[in-house]
Amino acid sequence: MSSHRTPLLTASGASLVALLVSALVPSAAEAQIPRGADGRPDLNGLWQALGNAHWDIEPHQARAALQLQEGPLTPVPAKAVLSFGAVGSVPAGLGVVVGGEIPYLPEARARRIENQALWSERDPEIKCYLPGVPRATYMPYPFQIFQSAQAFFIAYEYASAVRNVYMEDPGPPQVDSWMGQSVGHWEGDTFVVVANGFNDQTWFDRAGNHHSYQMVVTERYTMTSPYHIMYEATIEDELTFTRPWTIRMPLYKHVAENARLGQFKCVEFVEELMYGELRKRPIGSGDGR
Amino acid sequence: MRSSASILTLALMAVAAGPLATQALGQATGWVMPRTADGRPDLQGNWTNATMTPIQRPEGVGLALPVDEVERREQGRWDRIQRGAEASDPDREAPPVGGDGSTGAAGGVGGYNNFWIDAGNQVAMYNGEYRSSLIVDPPDGRYPPRTEAARARIAERRAVRRQHGQYDNPENRPLAERCILSFGSNGGPPMLPNYFYNNNYTIVQTPDHIMIMTEMVHDVRIIRIGTPNPLPGEIEPYFGDSWGHWEGDTLVVETMNYHPTQIAQVGVFAGTSKDLKVTERFTRADENTINYEFTMEDPSTWTETWSGEVPFKRLPGQVYEYACHEGNYALFNVLSGARAQERRDNGR
Repeated sequence: MSSHRTPLLTASGASLVALLVSALVPSAAEAQIPRGADGRPDLNGLWQALGNAHWDIEPHQARAALQLQEGPLTPVPAKAVLSFGAVGSVPAGLGVVVGGEIPYLPEARARRIENQALWSERDPEIKCYLPGVPRATYMPYPFQIFQSAQAFFIAYEYASAVRNVYMEDPGPPQVDSWMGQSVGHWEGDTFVVVANGFNDQTWFDRAGNHHSYQMVVTERYTMTSPYHIMYEATIEDELTFTRPWTIRMPLYKHVAENARLGQFKCVEFVEELMYGELRKRPIGSGDGR
Repeated sequence: MRSSASILTLALMAVAAGPLATQALGQATGWVMPRTADGRPDLQGNWTNATMTPIQRPEGVGLALPVDEVERREQGRWDRIQRGAEASDPDREAPPVGGDGSTGAAGGVGGYNNFWIDAGNQVAMYNGEYRSSLIVDPPDGRYPPRTEAARARIAERRAVRRQHGQYDNPENRPLAERCILSFGSNGGPPMLPNYFYNNNYTIVQTPDHIMIMTEMVHDVRIIRIGTPNPLPGEIEPYFGDSWGHWEGDTLVVETMNYHPTQIAQVGVFAGTSKDLKVTERFTRADENTINYEFTMEDPSTWTETWSGEVPFKRLPGQVYEYACHEGNYALFNVLSGARAQERRDNGR
C-alpha cells in the first residue's frame, strides 16, 4: 500500500489538499497516477466521499432534523427524531447535483416531499437495507476497490454491500436487485460503469430522493491524483425524472498506514427497531437506563 | 425469504449435468497454472464448495471411498432430487395440524422443496481420491476430543440460551435465520459447505489483497498479504482478522480475533475460545479446482489441532445478490407466530 504517512484527513484538510493538487500542473498530477501491469489507472484502495451529499444531494440550508413537523413559528423536529438533538440535525450542503436541482416529474417531486415527512419510516438506511447506487458511493463510510486485470469489485463498509462490476457484459440483468447489475469498461483513463436492474426500494440520500426500477446509472471514475478520484454519475429514469441528470464529487483515498475497511453489519443493530415488539417480553421504553 | 436466482440456476444446472459428469472436467492433462501479472497463482473467479461429503465421518469408515460406493451415494442423492422434482398432486389434502412430523427446515408443516435446495450432489474428490469426510486429521475423520474447558464453555453457552425459549427474542434465533451470517460455516474461516444451498464464492486478487465474497450473505473477507498488523483487540469482526502470505504456489491465510457471537455457534466452533486460530491453504490444483486445506488450533478447546480438506470447484455463471435481511419475512413470522401461539395457549 501507499507509504504516504498523512493520517486520515479532515473534510476541510482534504479540500485544501484537493485545491493544492489541482493548483499543480495537471500533467504532473496525471503522471503520478498509479497504474497496473496493464497500464490502466490503478484504483485499488480505500476511498470515501467527504461532505454532506449523504444527507441531501441537492443544495440545502442547515435544518433542525431530517423529519420535521410544524411548530408555532418555525418547523421543529418530529417526535420520532427529537431525542437526537443536534446529532440529528442536518448540516448545510452545496449539493452534488450538476445544475443544482433534481429534475423530478411533478408526482415524483410530491413523493419526495412525502418521503421527507415520513423519513423515519421510509429511509431504507434506517433498516440497514442495502444502499443501492449511487448512494453507496457517498454514504459516510469508506469502500474498497479490488481491481485486477480481469475483475473490478467494490466492497462497501455499510451493510457489507458489494458490487461485482463485470468486465464482460453478461446481458440484461436476470433479476431486479438492490445493488443492481454493473458492467464496466475503460474510456481512456476513465473507468465507466453502467448499472441497471435495480428495484425501486433504494434512495439517493437521507432527504427522500428516490427513483424507479427503470433507473440506469452511468458512473465515471477518473483518477486526478494518486489520492483523488473524480466521481460522476448520470441518472436516467423516465418514470421519475424529466431528463437525465448528473452528480459529481471527488472521492478521497484513505492514506493512514493502518487504514482498512471496517465491518458494519448493521442487521443485528436494527433488530430491536424491527422486531422488538415481537419479543416475548417487549423491552418497553428502551431509554437505556 | 430465501429466494436467490442462483439457486434456480444451480438447480437447473444440476438437472442438466447429472452425477459424476462435472467431476471429469478437472482431469484434463497439460494444464498450466494461470498466473497474475506479479507471478502468483491466479485464484480468481467464482467457486463452489457444495458437496455431499460430510464434515465428520461415521465411525469405522476409511477416508477414501471406492468408486462403486460413490456411485451408490450419488445415485441415491440423484434419485431423491428426481423424486423431489416430480409434480405435486393438486388434489392432495392439507398437511395435518401441527405438521406431518418431518424434521429440519420444514418445521413439520412444509418448507423449501427440492427446487430451492442445492446441497451438493457429488462426493468430494480431493487429489483424485473420493472422500468420506472433509476432516482428514485426526485420521478417524472426527473432531478431536474437547477439553474440559471447552465442555464447560459449551455448557455455559447452553445455559445462557436456555434462560429463554428458542422463539422468545430475535437473538435466540440462529445467525443465518437473522440474515447475519450464512448457514453452517460458509463464510468461515474455515469456509465449509452448508449442506443446504448457495455454497458460492467470488475471489478477486491483487498483489496485496485477496478478497473472498461469500454469496450468503454478501459477506466479504479481505485478506491482507504481508506481515500481520492485527486489529486492536477491541475489534472482533465476523470472519476474524485474516492475514495471508505465499508459500511457493500456496496462499496461506491465518485468522484470529473472531466475533464472540460467531464462535459461540454450535458446529465446528462449538466450545472454542478467544484464542482460536485457523490456518487455511489455497492451492490451484487444476483449471476447475482449488485445493482448500484448513487447520483448527485452540489448545484450550481441543486436545490436538485438527485439519480438513475441501475441493473448491469452478462455478459456471454468475453469483447473484443475496439480499437476505431486506426480504426476511421469516424472522418476523417466526416471532409473531410464537406470540400468536402463546396467546392461543393462554386462551386469549
